Amino acid sequence: MGIGKSYPGVRANDDVSFAVEPGEIHALLGENGAGKSTLVKMIYGLVRPDQGQMVLNGQPHQPADPRAARAAGVAMVFQHFSLFDALTVAENIALGMENPPPRRQLSARIAQVSQDFGLPLNPARRIVTLSAGERQRVEIIRCLLQNPRLLIMDEPTSVLTPQEAELLFATLRKLADQGTAILYISHKLEEIRTHCDCATILRHGRVVDSCDPREHSARTLAAMMVGEEMRLIDRSGRQAGEVLLQVKALSQPAPTAEGTALKAVALTLRAGEILGIGGVAGNGQDELLAALSGEIRSAPGTVLLEGADLSRLGPEGRRTAGLLAAPEDRLGHAAVPDFSLADNTLLTAGARKKLVRNGLIDRPAARAYAEAVIRAFDVRTPGPGTAAKALSGGNLQKFVIGREVMQAPRVLVVNQPTWGVDAGAAAAVRQSLLDLARSGAGVIVISQDLDEILELSDRFCALNEGRLSDPRPTEGLTLDQIGLMLGGAHGMEVAHL
Amino acid sequence: MIRLVPRTDSAPLLQVATPVMAVLATMLAGGILFAIMGYDPVAAIRTIFWDPLFGPAAGYSRPQLLVKAAPLILIASGLAVGFRAGIWNIGAEGQYIIGAITGAAVALAAYPAQEMWIFPAMVIAGAVGGWAWGMIPALLRNWFGASEILVSLMLVYVAQRIAAWMAFGPMKNPEGFGMPGSRNLQQYPAASNPELIAGTGAHWGVIAAAAAVLATWFLMSRHIRGFHIRAAGIAPRAARFAGVKPQTLVAFCLGLSGALAGMAGLFEVAGPAGQITDKVGVGYGFTAIIVAFLGRLHPLGTLLAGLLLALTYIGGELAQLTMNLPAATVQVFQGMLLFFLLGFDLLTRFRITRRVTA
Repeated sequence: MGIGKSYPGVRANDDVSFAVEPGEIHALLGENGAGKSTLVKMIYGLVRPDQGQMVLNGQPHQPADPRAARAAGVAMVFQHFSLFDALTVAENIALGMENPPPRRQLSARIAQVSQDFGLPLNPARRIVTLSAGERQRVEIIRCLLQNPRLLIMDEPTSVLTPQEAELLFATLRKLADQGTAILYISHKLEEIRTHCDCATILRHGRVVDSCDPREHSARTLAAMMVGEEMRLIDRSGRQAGEVLLQVKALSQPAPTAEGTALKAVALTLRAGEILGIGGVAGNGQDELLAALSGEIRSAPGTVLLEGADLSRLGPEGRRTAGLLAAPEDRLGHAAVPDFSLADNTLLTAGARKKLVRNGLIDRPAARAYAEAVIRAFDVRTPGPGTAAKALSGGNLQKFVIGREVMQAPRVLVVNQPTWGVDAGAAAAVRQSLLDLARSGAGVIVISQDLDEILELSDRFCALNEGRLSDPRPTEGLTLDQIGLMLGGAHGMEVAHL
Repeated sequence: MIRLVPRTDSAPLLQVATPVMAVLATMLAGGILFAIMGYDPVAAIRTIFWDPLFGPAAGYSRPQLLVKAAPLILIASGLAVGFRAGIWNIGAEGQYIIGAITGAAVALAAYPAQEMWIFPAMVIAGAVGGWAWGMIPALLRNWFGASEILVSLMLVYVAQRIAAWMAFGPMKNPEGFGMPGSRNLQQYPAASNPELIAGTGAHWGVIAAAAAVLATWFLMSRHIRGFHIRAAGIAPRAARFAGVKPQTLVAFCLGLSGALAGMAGLFEVAGPAGQITDKVGVGYGFTAIIVAFLGRLHPLGTLLAGLLLALTYIGGELAQLTMNLPAATVQVFQGMLLFFLLGFDLLTRFRITRRVTA
């Protein structure tokens, strides 16, 4: 079985070619945004390739939709489950089938498969009573009932306990031994090293290497994943000054069921400094930003700006004090999609730019400020009356960052400032953050893009399951150490090596 | 299989066009209905929509337009603000009833004093009563996450029972020969809400309704609170990021719409209705929901929609008198109006496509 495929230009996937053999557990390794998901979505028929071809079992593979992909023998277990809580295991599985057999027969088959592959599961149980690992088993069994030739697993262990993960690998090995090809997506180096037969490494949408992961150490895999390109960091004119922002023992329960609790987060940010916070998505990035922006209030004495306690203040109070933020989600969080750019300045700049006085909106001033941001940040748009949703991702991001930067904050916190943004806009956004720090402000960059963090930041922390590691100066930090800080450990000593 | 696909091109003109289309469709469907029932459809439609304003008896019915429209507009102005924020107060009828009771209570307690402060105090008491009744669903939502839709609706029925209790109990007119119902405030000059200019129907409630339209227009378009309300309705996360506390917004919107509904109740009981009976609530609170939506949740739209719905009330009564149309005609018309409005709204935002399924 060979799969080859190419994609033109600065796309998610660019001329990617690789092959998965029957009976093989093949790892697809890469940072977030490296193009892993786009690639498997093409194989599963969710996205169509612009170029290139795929071959499955010697036949051309061009699935029009997931249904066709499934018929061709491709099955996929997603990172996020699609199960109905109120229904039983058997009912959920029947819902996903084209022609479900009678319930009794189906239950028998589920029991059979779960026994064969060591996936203990009672077909009559309701989903709501199952753990994350058990829910994943439902999804896997749903796939196995189709007798797939190729099984795609998208970051399956991110929701599992170590014990559940071991069980999963035993199952995958059994499947592979029966001749099923398994494509395994992850950025957890150690599990790939111990369990996969072959690894294809993606970076910026391209295949940069393929190897037998068992023959390499986690550090060399990390180096391949991140890339050892020369990085040009312009730190000129920046000097760490007095302490601006202090976060002390910030603990916060998860705001939602899917959220992450913050656990004793502590950091210090100095004037003129950029602090980079790396980590895999879902480890508390959104929550940390919310706790700094004021959307989440924390215990007294946990968030201090220039010595003043802001912990109990909301977003408006913190902005007045000089602590500004730009969240990751541009449409719907950082901006109101249906509002004009002029109106969107009122979301955050009302007080600092005097667009709102005594509660009254100064529309000409809002319009003028939007125009100023558009000019200074080269936002390509007809004008301040354009709705935010009409802008491209890069242009809207430039506007959102510009809206905060031009308020001359003391401290600016940004989350994923260049996520899904074209290269030109990303460079402009990064430069503006560097310029802001040069002018004496403190900047915190939360990002999953390691290159970005290395390019921008003076010090680096890793955020893991709501815990923030101690900062390390990025100068002299080896990729090795970064990989380990990100790899799931909370400190160097418990890192897997 | 029929599927709805979101339209990418949304013309702002359609925002104005859909209510007009809904009114026309209502007339058409109503006409067909009347024809089936054996009435002359053209005459029926003319009786309902034309005669109240320009017909032979217009001299009587024209002032009624303002009398009926005032409570609708006053209530709908408040509701529209909340609906913009995605806070659904369905129980304005209950807030209206409680406002009528608390407002009337001031008058009945002061009787027979003739002081200048009595009527203003009644207005304030009516607003406070409606506000308090609206705060019950607000607090239950903020504290326990209870649906304000259900709680506010259920409280309508509680309010109706309280009105009945008042009419038969504590507020019963001691000189009323045992008849249920309070003293008639129309006969108590210090507490009455009279027609201010003879022949227009304009009482204090009409002035309050006009003021409410202006005030909510100012709030929604010029004040940062209105901006936050609009933002919260479209993008709640962005609103929280801007600094909006959802709880504050819930309390503000339910409190505001409750207070306006309560004032509407007081103006009605001190004026056109005259007394607290077990039938204080005549449905203005529910009809105002239609008014708010027909008016596109915009203050000026609310004004026009309130006048139109008032017209269906008067026209329906007229048709009942002159053509023997059933009394339910008005409700059928109001129901169809909302139905067609929501239907056309859906079609302006979605395309219908047919898909052949394998």
